[in-house]
Amino acid sequence: MTVQLMYLVASVCFILALKGLSSPKYARYGNFIGAFGMLVAVITAYVHGVVHNGLWILIAVALGVVVGIPAARSVKMTAIPQMVALFNGVGGAAAALVALAEFFAVPDTDFLFRLATVLTVLIGSVSFSGSVVTFLKLQELMTTRPVLLPAGQQLAIAAGVSSVALCALTTAVPNGFLLWLLAVVGLALGVLFVLPVGGADVPIAISLLNAFTGLAVAASGYVLANTLLIVAGTLVGASGTILTRLMAQAMGRSLTNILFGAFKATTVAVHGEEQRTVKSGTVEDVAILLGYANNVVVVPGYGLAVAQAQHAVRELVSQLERRGVSVAYGIHPVAGRMPGHMNVLLAEADVPYEQLKELDDVNPGITSVDVAVVVGANDVVNPGARDEPSSPIYGMPIFDVDRAKSVVFMKRSMRPGFAGVDNELLYNPKTTLLFGDAKDSLTKLLAAVKQL
Amino acid sequence: MIDLLTIFVLAVFVGFEVVSKVSTILHTPLMSGANAIHGVILVGAILITGSAESTLELVLGLLAVFLATVNVVGGFVVTDRMLEMFKR
Repeated sequence: MTVQLMYLVASVCFILALKGLSSPKYARYGNFIGAFGMLVAVITAYVHGVVHNGLWILIAVALGVVVGIPAARSVKMTAIPQMVALFNGVGGAAAALVALAEFFAVPDTDFLFRLATVLTVLIGSVSFSGSVVTFLKLQELMTTRPVLLPAGQQLAIAAGVSSVALCALTTAVPNGFLLWLLAVVGLALGVLFVLPVGGADVPIAISLLNAFTGLAVAASGYVLANTLLIVAGTLVGASGTILTRLMAQAMGRSLTNILFGAFKATTVAVHGEEQRTVKSGTVEDVAILLGYANNVVVVPGYGLAVAQAQHAVRELVSQLERRGVSVAYGIHPVAGRMPGHMNVLLAEADVPYEQLKELDDVNPGITSVDVAVVVGANDVVNPGARDEPSSPIYGMPIFDVDRAKSVVFMKRSMRPGFAGVDNELLYNPKTTLLFGDAKDSLTKLLAAVKQL
Repeated sequence: MIDLLTIFVLAVFVGFEVVSKVSTILHTPLMSGANAIHGVILVGAILITGSAESTLELVLGLLAVFLATVNVVGGFVVTDRMLEMFKR
């Protein structure tokens, strides 16, 4: 009774933790409440559920703390997505291990419990290996481009079919060897599933794998008949599902297309060697343009984060504001490496979150914007996504910066963006290009604006 | 069994309801916060290890306890670091 009550307290804490995230002001307290709920749940489980091996458990927990806290403390904000992927993966692995251990402890349960067990093992394994591959991709320990194995698709289908078959078989005939085999096939499936997902789509894979781990935890709740695991796992499953859907919408593509229709990078060379004129400007030109504008929108992309230029852009914006220029940041939902990543990066640079505007806040008033400054972004301002049905990113909502009075495009080179698609905006007569490293350019620009 | 199913279905609705109100600014902390919450598998790992009879169960369970702990503490700490920056 007390145990159930404590689990209920923890469940409520988890819901409050998620609810806290509806406002940036209270979000941090929400997270504390969530951590408190977790502490309550873990202590309850330890005090009431542990018959023996108590010391071993404490040692394992201590080791986990020793590994987890320094890792979480030292990670750079640009590397958050891969850290989240990694934590997600170990959670999935833990769920699979719990289900395996429970199976060997109580092998002859009824049908439904066995079904929950095999599902936990499968989903947990997929989530673990898939997350590890996303980590490797984002950490750039392997290529970020889609990896298309010879016969990769057939292999993935084979792994998928055999995992379903093994699930059915193990549910019907409880057998330890089959369950191990299922875990191995699950690991292979996770790898095959994430390998063909390319660069910009990896965040969607993370978000989906997050939902998977949630489901694995919920399923393990069935196995152990534990309500807390069911509630918490389901909450995570729901949040992962919603985020995945939002991300897919923000990219204007269906989930199946993202997961199975790897871009294949065929469109890069459409314009060939054809020489087209672009207008490139000096730092001084751009400083004058910005310094005497009334209304400026900055559209940052991941390039900004790569160049570690968050602080430089904030300083420039503050300087412009001192001159009476009104400035807002246009944050695309897929800017950065996971949903909302750019908001975190700018928050780190002390940009007040009131200045962060979304597509729907910026686009209606875009024609009265004097200068739109694009820093390290490309695809999210590509008019092709709006106007050219043949473009691979057609349908993705964009910032209509080509409708602003003028555009400053900060770029390292003429290389196309992540999606490998040429950007018409570069050739627009309203566009001034400023070549160079984003941080470098922004610092020079700040100095030039101060001179005005 | 039907009790557990009821809880599951209700949790689905609560989850969708709560999460769809999350501010878009906070989607990254949401993902990492949700990540920390599924670390609750630590409870399952502790329970299973605490009643483990064979060495195999013990080894599987302890590994699960270790991994789940990394998930929990890492998840909450990372989320806190992010949210700290938004608090002003």
